[in-house]
Amino acid sequence: MAPKTKTARVSRNPELVRGIGKYSRSKMYHKRGLWAIKAKNGGVFPRHDPKPKVSEPVEKPSKFYPADDVKKPLVNKRKPKPTKLRASITPGTVLIILAGRFKGKRVVFLKQLQSGLLLVTGPFKINGVPLRRVNQAYVVATSTKVDVSAVTCEKFDDKYFTKESVKKKKKTEGEFFEAEKEEKSVLPQEKKDDQKSVDAALIMAIEGVPELKAYLAARFSLKAGMKPHELVF
Amino acid sequence: MPFKRYVEIGRVALVNYGKDYGSLVVIVDVVDQNMALVDAPDMVRAKMNFKRLSLTDIKIDIKRTPKKKALIEAMKVADVKNKWENSSWGRKLIVQKKRASLNDFDRFKLMVAKIKLVLHAQRAGAARQELAKLKNSAA
Repeated sequence: MAPKTKTARVSRNPELVRGIGKYSRSKMYHKRGLWAIKAKNGGVFPRHDPKPKVSEPVEKPSKFYPADDVKKPLVNKRKPKPTKLRASITPGTVLIILAGRFKGKRVVFLKQLQSGLLLVTGPFKINGVPLRRVNQAYVVATSTKVDVSAVTCEKFDDKYFTKESVKKKKKTEGEFFEAEKEEKSVLPQEKKDDQKSVDAALIMAIEGVPELKAYLAARFSLKAGMKPHELVF
Repeated sequence: MPFKRYVEIGRVALVNYGKDYGSLVVIVDVVDQNMALVDAPDMVRAKMNFKRLSLTDIKIDIKRTPKKKALIEAMKVADVKNKWENSSWGRKLIVQKKRASLNDFDRFKLMVAKIKLVLHAQRAGAARQELAKLKNSAA
């Protein structure tokens, strides 16, 4: 038999006023069926013998106590959630980046990552913005949406974007005076291919809308007379 | 310079302050020196200060404090909506509203269209000049 889901114990005695039930003791005796339980048990209320006590293992007193009382930090069970995504930002929304290297660029939003940052792409061919993470606070959401149903961005997460840790080499005296040889970090071919595959589907959707490509290629700027608090984005 | 727009029963006015900002109303009665009783098809009849009203050129034919149905009928007969939307004041307001509701993408498309117009006009002007030159040299 499948295990019965336990329903919460409800009182059969509705409350008239706080502390006063509708039914008297004798009525409740009848309602609860205690007479039936007694009848089943031969006129006496069934008694269960107490369960044999499980003897707990004897705890030996510890041989060592620390000299000073060390305070234990309070237990913290908080699990951080990703930042609440603004209702105006949905996959395919065109966002305007407000700060950083790509300020003013209009960019397509793909998804929100586990850290709360937004995964965003130019597309690269259109405005030079690669697959990138962007903070929601530095972004204005426009009401223009692009169709991203053909784009798969499942494989991208925060680990994909972390910088690879470069081991610092100890410089010997000779090398100090040499011109600093900077090892240029080349973007791995795999990342370039990822960019191409994501952008291919996106660009097809973008070219379907007239003038959207030029729109994404242009940067946003405030002109004379534009009041951001009155603008509809 | 006499006045042209008078406060009278049936004068259509634009509300320029308050909760009903931007809506057209009809003056249905005058309370006293400062207040008028004002009504519109989609609002509850209410008192309004004259300072909150901007009088328009449109006037409809109603008796003092008509019933709502009569008011709506009279507005239809006088064709207030179309008269307002075709007047230069009404058209200006409509354009203002449209401009304020433009999306960032719409603003971009507008800018591109304006630039195209200017370029087109320049090219047409240059072409006309060339044609005139050729005509002169041929003649």
